[in-house]
Amino acid sequence: MKRMVVIAVAAVFAMVLGGAMLDLPLGAIDLRIPVAANLGESGVSHPVTAVLLNYRGYDTLLEIAVLLLALLAILAVLGETRAATPRAAHPVLQTLVRLATPLMIVVAVYLLWAGAFRPGGAFQAGAVLAAAAVLLHLVGLSPGWNTPRLKLRMGLAAGFAVFLAVAAALLPQGALLRYPPEAAGALILLIESALTLSLALILAGLFLLLSRDEEAP
Amino acid sequence: MTGGLLFALTGVVLFAMGVAGVVLIGHLLRRILAFNLMGSGAFLVLVGLAQRNDVPDPVPQAMVLTGIVVAVAATALALALARKLHALTGHLELPEDADE
Amino acid sequence: MSDPAFQPLVWLILLPLGWSTLAFALGPGRGAWTAIAGLATQLWLAFMLAVKVGAGGTAHAGPDSPMGTAVTHQVGGWGAPLGIDLAVDGLSAAMLLLTQSVALPLAVYARSYFKTGDPAGVWFWPLMGFLIAGLNALFVSADLFNIYVTLELVGLAAVALVAAGGGAQQVAAALRYLFATLVGSGAYLLGVALLYGTYGTVSIATLMPLVSADAPRLVWIAGGLMVAGLMLKTALFPFHFWLPPAHGGAPAPVSALLSALVVKASFYLILRLWLGPLQALLPAFAWLLAALGAAAIFWGSWQAIHAVKLKRLIAYSTVAQLGYLFLIFPLLTHPAALKAGVMQIFAHGLAKAGMFAAAGVMIKATGQDTVAGLAGTVERLPVTLFAFGLAGMTLMGLPPSSGFLAKWQIIEAALAQGHWIIAVVALAGGLLAAVYVFRVLRQAFLLAPEGAMAGGVAAVPRALEWSAFALAAASVVLGLRGVELMQLLGAGA
Repeated sequence: MKRMVVIAVAAVFAMVLGGAMLDLPLGAIDLRIPVAANLGESGVSHPVTAVLLNYRGYDTLLEIAVLLLALLAILAVLGETRAATPRAAHPVLQTLVRLATPLMIVVAVYLLWAGAFRPGGAFQAGAVLAAAAVLLHLVGLSPGWNTPRLKLRMGLAAGFAVFLAVAAALLPQGALLRYPPEAAGALILLIESALTLSLALILAGLFLLLSRDEEAP
Repeated sequence: MTGGLLFALTGVVLFAMGVAGVVLIGHLLRRILAFNLMGSGAFLVLVGLAQRNDVPDPVPQAMVLTGIVVAVAATALALALARKLHALTGHLELPEDADE
Repeated sequence: MSDPAFQPLVWLILLPLGWSTLAFALGPGRGAWTAIAGLATQLWLAFMLAVKVGAGGTAHAGPDSPMGTAVTHQVGGWGAPLGIDLAVDGLSAAMLLLTQSVALPLAVYARSYFKTGDPAGVWFWPLMGFLIAGLNALFVSADLFNIYVTLELVGLAAVALVAAGGGAQQVAAALRYLFATLVGSGAYLLGVALLYGTYGTVSIATLMPLVSADAPRLVWIAGGLMVAGLMLKTALFPFHFWLPPAHGGAPAPVSALLSALVVKASFYLILRLWLGPLQALLPAFAWLLAALGAAAIFWGSWQAIHAVKLKRLIAYSTVAQLGYLFLIFPLLTHPAALKAGVMQIFAHGLAKAGMFAAAGVMIKATGQDTVAGLAGTVERLPVTLFAFGLAGMTLMGLPPSSGFLAKWQIIEAALAQGHWIIAVVALAGGLLAAVYVFRVLRQAFLLAPEGAMAGGVAAVPRALEWSAFALAAASVVLGLRGVELMQLLGAGA
């Protein structure tokens, strides 16, 4: 009964919303113009990267905070864990991953660098690195994570800390995260590099912390 | 019917399906999947509606990138909670709330 | 213009982000003193900011809101709609003040509450830091998508705090809360997506002149989605199902933070939308919200009167008290109604935090968490009982507490506009609150039954009792000093 009601409401909602979308006049404001106009001062030449790391860099700052928070939350929820013992997979798989990992690292570095002038950037690079770490674990070449020790915690927090430090350092210039046009490119690259490392660790950690023996208390 | 508008309409359908899924489904993993469906629907609407004239707009694309990361964070937390619940109770469904 | 490096507005966000990261790096169980030092600094910053806003904002004119000229900050120097704007008016300054004022005593409380090695307290400090950072960022943001990110920051931190170190019931409550909060932010995000699609911007200031009463149907749907999502996060009846288990099952300092602050954040956003970009659309739903608020008051109070567990009772009280906030919507054309709403937010925030803190002490001391088991506690925990009583005074709306001031203003605004039914509901709510508050107090004043608790009530650290007392007393004292708060809210208007 409840099932029918919910499905009916959802269907009606979708139809009403879809219908309202069909006859929508064009918007008053077109943000592509200011994005393109200021691209020269933004420090990068790709508009999406410019929006992500310059015009709306504050969103990105908070988003990294959300990711770090998620890792922290997993630590808080899981409590003391003992990582699962790695189970070695088929040797062919292991060799494949052994071969793939250096390639993935190269791809990640390229993605980080390319983010300035085509789709790419810290998130994409970090995700590729994290995927490499997860693969290594899945084939049994790398153990899961216990509660992070100091060095790992610092690695996890470093990207966000660098971003925060740059943001605060720029504050006397008049506004939060206001990059001076001459240094914008360099600053963004610095932030992205630190972020790539931390994001890789955080994303890998989201998976590797959850890997534990089922019998463990 | 432009490409952008088609994406937006699909997004609406996905969103509705996702919300219905989160509300109705009991199994935690499928519920989390439904949440992801809902999120993807919202992202499709964000980009599709803004680009309904098929001209790319970087701002909603950047917003969706942010949204995806946020959704990943939320999914990770949800999975960890589901994992913990399974370890504690052996089930992957929420128990009835012992209301007192 | 003052020193550009000293921008209290920005530091209120950067500072908690900074000390949370530091607390995380320091490791499991550490970070209490970092947090307390950080929060104390933030409280000072919030005061500075409130003074600045009260003095009429800066020479650089910001967007005008009903709460007066705002202090603004254009992040990245770009300015909306390209960049993200931060804006603080009287309402935001008040919320910031409340957040820091509640968080600091609770931090002191939590330090003594979590014994070393308690799994619930291991990562409490960085989690709390991110929660406060998210709240501060939420209250100052003038960009709808940025608000979405802050909502998620707050929501995930809150869920983690509820689940940390808990057993099956607590984890299940946290999961329920997580799903509710995610559907809420999902609906909000869809609303933002529709608004961007229609107008091409998500900046509040830029949207305000664009949205009129003859906006396309899509905009009405967007408004409805956003408010519905935020209602779900505020646990307004009938979306309240997740709150009692979550707030009732979490450790006391967490329940206090959640009931006092987190649910108010989403309500603040409804207010912000109501007074801001969607002001042409939302008032059509004012009576619907008021009706749901009234339902919340009655249902929540009824459940509180019958609750078996102490923290569950207090959680249901939160559901009821949140109903008061929604009563003001039909009255918002009268400026006093908004001030009444903010006073109620303050009153409930301080009182509920104090009440949960006191409950935490009682539960720790008696070793069990039912109302019935409180018999005999008055002899051993007089300060705590007094704190509970003071908090109860505010919830009931007895003078001279801030709760009385809030209810008085609601009733006055209601009668001034001829909506006597709202006044009646407000009064009835106060009476119902008295029933469940006295239920607890009466139980505590009973003599302990023979043989039970022969060992007596366990000793609790002084810091716990006195921080609970500080919060509860503040809620009462605020009633005497309400004038200053009202002036802040009317800043520049």
